[in-house]
Amino acid sequence: MSIWEFLRTYGPALASGTLTTCTEFVLATAIAIIVAVVMGLAKLSSNWLIRAPAIVYIEIFRGTSLLVQLYWIFFVLPLFGITLPKSIAGFLSVGLNCGAYGAELVRGAIQSVPRGQWEAATAISLSPAVRMRRIILPQALSIMLPPWGNLLIELLKGTALVALISVSDLMFEVKQINAMTYLSAQAFGTALVIYYLLARFLITPFMRWLERVVARGLGRV
Amino acid sequence: MVRFLNVNKDYGKLSVIHQLDFDVAEGEMVTIIGPSGSGKTTVLRILMTLEPISGGVIYVNGKPLTHMAKAGVLVPADERHFRQMRSSIGMCFQHFNLFPHMTALQNCMEGPVQVLGLAKKEARERSEELLTMVGMIDKKDQHPSRLSGGQQQRVAIARALAMRPKVMLFDEVTSALDPEVIGEVTNVIRKLVAEHNLTMLMVTHQMGFARDISDRVCFFYGGKIEEEGSPHDLFENPQRDRTRQFLSAVKEAY
Repeated sequence: MSIWEFLRTYGPALASGTLTTCTEFVLATAIAIIVAVVMGLAKLSSNWLIRAPAIVYIEIFRGTSLLVQLYWIFFVLPLFGITLPKSIAGFLSVGLNCGAYGAELVRGAIQSVPRGQWEAATAISLSPAVRMRRIILPQALSIMLPPWGNLLIELLKGTALVALISVSDLMFEVKQINAMTYLSAQAFGTALVIYYLLARFLITPFMRWLERVVARGLGRV
Repeated sequence: MVRFLNVNKDYGKLSVIHQLDFDVAEGEMVTIIGPSGSGKTTVLRILMTLEPISGGVIYVNGKPLTHMAKAGVLVPADERHFRQMRSSIGMCFQHFNLFPHMTALQNCMEGPVQVLGLAKKEARERSEELLTMVGMIDKKDQHPSRLSGGQQQRVAIARALAMRPKVMLFDEVTSALDPEVIGEVTNVIRKLVAEHNLTMLMVTHQMGFARDISDRVCFFYGGKIEEEGSPHDLFENPQRDRTRQFLSAVKEAY
C-alpha cells in the first residue's frame, strides 16, 4: 500500500485523532498555565502555609512519572470515590504535570526581574499585590516565554500517553490502524510527522509571535 | 521633618549605620557625601523602607516610620503602616529603575492612579505638568528603552514627584550618567530647590553641585556623621582629618 493510498484510507481516522490530540493539548495547556501561575506565586510566598503546599505539589508532579500520574488519576482515584471520564483524566494529568514544571518557570522569571524594579515600585508605595500584577509579572512574562515554548512542545508530546487510557487521540488511532493492518511504518511514521508539524508549525510560530508582542509592550521592537 | 534617633543598621556582624542621630528640617536640602561603604546610600534606603533597621527609631513628619504605636508602646511597623508612611517619601535611584513596559507618561501615572486613587484624567494632567517641568513632555509616549540616561532620570524624578511627597531622596542620581547629560538632571534638581519647599536628602559624588545647592552637607564615615556644616564651612574649612583626606582625594579624581 503506497503512502498516498494509506492516507486516503485512514485519513478520517487520523484527522479525528489529531483533533482529539489538539483538544487535549489546549485543555492541558490551560490547566498547566493556571497551575503554574498559582503554584509559582505560592512558592514565593513568605507565609509557609501557602508555600508548603506549592512545594509538595511541585515535588510530586515534577518528581514522578507522567504515565504513573495518569494511571493514578484514572485507575486509583476511583478507589477513593473520584471517577473521571478518560478524556478529562487525560488532559488533567498532562496539565497538572506540566504545570509543576511551569511553576518553576514562573518562580524563576519573577525572581529574575531586577531588584531595582521591586524597589522603584515600593518607592511609589504600590501594595505588594499591585506591584506583582502591574510591574513584576509583565516583565517576568517576557523572561519566561521562551522556556514556555519548550514546555508546550513537551506537553504536546506528553499528550500521546493518554492513548494508554484509550482516549482516542492521534496515538490511539495509529495504534488501532497498526493493529488492524500491520502497516507499522506508515502508521507510526505518519504520527511522527503530524506531531512534528503541530509543534513546528503551530506552537513554535505562535510562541514567537507572542514573544514579539510582549517585546513590543516592553518598548523593544 | 526627618529624625533618626540612635539608628543602627547591621548586615550580620557588619555594622553599616552606627548609633546615628540625624535631623533634617522641613524644606532643608541636605547632601550626604563620604567614601564608599560609609553607609550614605543605606541612610536613604532605610528611610525609603527598602531595608529594615536593626535598632533605633526614625520619625518622618513627627510620626514613627519604622514603628507604630500600639497601646502606648512603639512596636515594629507592619506592611500596612509602611505603605501609609511611604507615600510621603519619594526616591530617585542611581539606575533610574523606570518601568520598561510603560511609557514615560504611564510611569508617572502609575502611582497616582494605583495608590492615590486619582482618576486617569487627573493623573494624566498632573503627570504631564511634571513631565513639562522636567522638560520631557515631548517624549511622554516613549518607552524608557528609547530614552537616554539623562532623559530617563528626569522621567524618574517626575514619577517620584507625581506622588506629591514631602521628602525627596536622591541616591547618586547622576553617577550612571554620561558627563554631558549630568547637567540636565542637576538643573531639574536646582529648579526643585528654587521653586518648591521640598525636604530633600541627596547622596552624590558631585561636590560642586552639592556645594551650590545644599543647605547643609554631612560627611559620613564608618556609618556615622563624621562632620557636618554649611557647604562653605565643610568644603573650605574642614575640621576633621578624614574629611580633609576625602575631599582632597575627590578633588584629584575630578
